[in-house]
Amino acid sequence: MRAKIVVEGVRKSYRTENGPLEVVGGIDLSVGDGEFVAIVGPSGCGKTTLLSIMAGLDRADQGHVTIDGKIHNGPSPKGILISQRGSVFPWLTVQQNLMFGLNGEHSHNQAVADHYAALVGLKGFERGYAHELSGGMLKRVELARALAVKPEILYMDEPLSALDALTSLRMRVELRRILAEERHTCLLITHDVEEAIHMADRVIVLSARPATIQAAFDVPFTHPRDLSHPALVTLKASILREFGL
Amino acid sequence: MLKRFLLPLAVVAMLLAVWWIAVEYTKSVIFPTPLQVVRATIQLVQDGTLWDHIGASLFRVAAGFLLAVVVGVPLGLLMGWVEGAFATFNPIVQMLRPISPIAWIPIAILWFGVGDVSPIFLIFLASLFPLIVQTTVGVHTIDREYLRAAENFGVSRYKLFRQVVIPAVLPQVIVGMRVSLGVAWLVVVAAEMIALRSGLGYLIIDSRNAGNRYDLVVAAMVIIGLTGLLLDGFMRGLERLKSVQWRYAR
Repeated sequence: MRAKIVVEGVRKSYRTENGPLEVVGGIDLSVGDGEFVAIVGPSGCGKTTLLSIMAGLDRADQGHVTIDGKIHNGPSPKGILISQRGSVFPWLTVQQNLMFGLNGEHSHNQAVADHYAALVGLKGFERGYAHELSGGMLKRVELARALAVKPEILYMDEPLSALDALTSLRMRVELRRILAEERHTCLLITHDVEEAIHMADRVIVLSARPATIQAAFDVPFTHPRDLSHPALVTLKASILREFGL
Repeated sequence: MLKRFLLPLAVVAMLLAVWWIAVEYTKSVIFPTPLQVVRATIQLVQDGTLWDHIGASLFRVAAGFLLAVVVGVPLGLLMGWVEGAFATFNPIVQMLRPISPIAWIPIAILWFGVGDVSPIFLIFLASLFPLIVQTTVGVHTIDREYLRAAENFGVSRYKLFRQVVIPAVLPQVIVGMRVSLGVAWLVVVAAEMIALRSGLGYLIIDSRNAGNRYDLVVAAMVIIGLTGLLLDGFMRGLERLKSVQWRYAR
């Protein structure tokens, strides 16, 4: 598999009152084209910072990120970040949100927006505003807005963590269905090991801050996956062991 | 129903009762009873001057206020968005802001005479600063998450402003407009007391000077209050726009 994203020696510190705080402590990672990589790690370990750097929304102090062999040091619609807190514009309707990143003609954009709204199950809510939607629906808007610009890479920062267990599970299944249709390279940050095993081709375990790669696990199973399958249960146990559990 | 209409009306009725009893009890010959105020108002309506006075005051407020919106909102956006603009203009804004528009009256008369321009200038000054401050605060408090998302999608500067910055600030601008319009209405009356031949402020001073017509004075005060209530109601209507509701809790 051709490498899509290569992370080399990335380090990042933040200045605090008590001196510099190293958050990312030297990460080397290669993500293949079309690969789905999940990154798990203890909370506050620097996962979000790493993802922001990869998406070009934050700068590394040392090292660099290359995408398709070119140094990447700014954000671009080639890779869209779905942030943890969500950034659906509350002053725009669902449809206007989905059209936000599109540059074509208005009627064409509308058609694209409606297509992706239907894809994530938001048909009938195109004219709704964020405060009229549930948390699960907001995540769908966020996902559809990202998909609408046909990004090559999706960076997802705990996109499902704020949802209830049932909605989260439903979203996982839908996300896999969508990914089967539109081949994106995906990076998923999560604290949910089960979610990682359910979705990803590879699971990277990060250490406590400053984040380094502690272990990596391949998940060589076809979709849809049955989480109660003995091999997946064993895999989950080995990953949890990395956390000392 | 009870909360929206009956309780506020009950408060007004109680104040009226206290007022009436107090006037009767003290046997005041100058201070009017509510009934006398109503008669005075009817008299103003019948001779047609009431609408002229209200119209004159509203015109001055509208002119000064709109001028302030045209100047204040873009300036606030600039100060909020460009750090250098904030550093440049904020000190002078903060210095001019606490000076009461009333203090400007002598200068206004000197510069603009006693026509319509003086009160419009004073209203402009009074409305300008709350608008600048609220708009600037609005830009400074835009959630970074939204700006990052916009940056990620790589949209043009024009689109960033039109679809992110301005709508994100709009709720704060509307708050600024509500404050401004209230201050503008406050100032028009004060400004008209000085020199002009029309307006509600003029009506008050003229009624007092022309034979202690305190019934007319109080009538004008009540009308000022009611008009202020209507203006605020109109501005609150803007808060019900669907694209700004996200910012208001209710």
